[in-house]
Amino acid sequence: MTWKTSLDALIGGGIIGLASSFLLLFAGRVFGVSGILGGLAFPTKGDALWRVGVMLGLMTAGFILMIIKPDAMAIVPNGPWWRYSLAGIMVGFGTQLGGGCTSGHGVCGISRFSVRSIVATVTFIAGGMLIVAVMRALGVLV
Amino acid sequence: MKIFFASFGSALLFGLGLGLSGMTLPSKVIGFLDVTGQWDPTLAFVMVGAILVHSISFQLITKRPSPIFSTSFRLPTRKDVDYKLVVGAAIFGLGWGLGGFCPGPAIVGLVSGIPAVLVFVGSMVAGIYAYRFVSR
Repeated sequence: MTWKTSLDALIGGGIIGLASSFLLLFAGRVFGVSGILGGLAFPTKGDALWRVGVMLGLMTAGFILMIIKPDAMAIVPNGPWWRYSLAGIMVGFGTQLGGGCTSGHGVCGISRFSVRSIVATVTFIAGGMLIVAVMRALGVLV
Repeated sequence: MKIFFASFGSALLFGLGLGLSGMTLPSKVIGFLDVTGQWDPTLAFVMVGAILVHSISFQLITKRPSPIFSTSFRLPTRKDVDYKLVVGAAIFGLGWGLGGFCPGPAIVGLVSGIPAVLVFVGSMVAGIYAYRFVSR
């Protein structure tokens, strides 16, 4: 990690914090991606439009990034397909059970000094560090 | 419709922040979690930047009686730490480390068409439905 990447990370993080603030200011909602997506599983009238807006906004950002910063998405992770499938199922299920992910608990919750979000964030970072250490020990980390 | 465009715009900015900071790369996420290998602190810088901005703006915004395009702020009010929170966060963390994706960057990465991302997002949606059925 260089000074340039640490500065980019701080600024990028600041943009994420600002974007979360806009959603709160205009829509009164917490920018938690897993919760916003989860609310679309069985959409209710009057509650779906803003959620769809968030999903389309994130995807549009992906399009723009592919043009202005192609290396932001160019690194294709290796490993068997079931690794990403199992990971997806765990992330989907775990975020709904735990009520949030990196954005909802990690950014928005900690910014409110929520005890639940601090506990959740410490827990999921510990879980992530554990599985990566196991993968490294097994020699399957790519 | 106003709320749609406000949400769209916020998310567009959010996604660009993720991309600029390198968080759309699973290698950066796994690098942060790789404490027994080549530890990459980038993700910590991103979180610090986001929390610095949002913790201040949160105080200012919630002084308003209501959001601009909605009648009230919808904020979590629970304070109790229960087993669901901890177990759910643990399952999420293990999946996060396994694939290197959390929900936001995965949705941003969908348009790349990279098979790993497509498989991850499809499975994540399946996991969301699985929870809905189990918790009924």
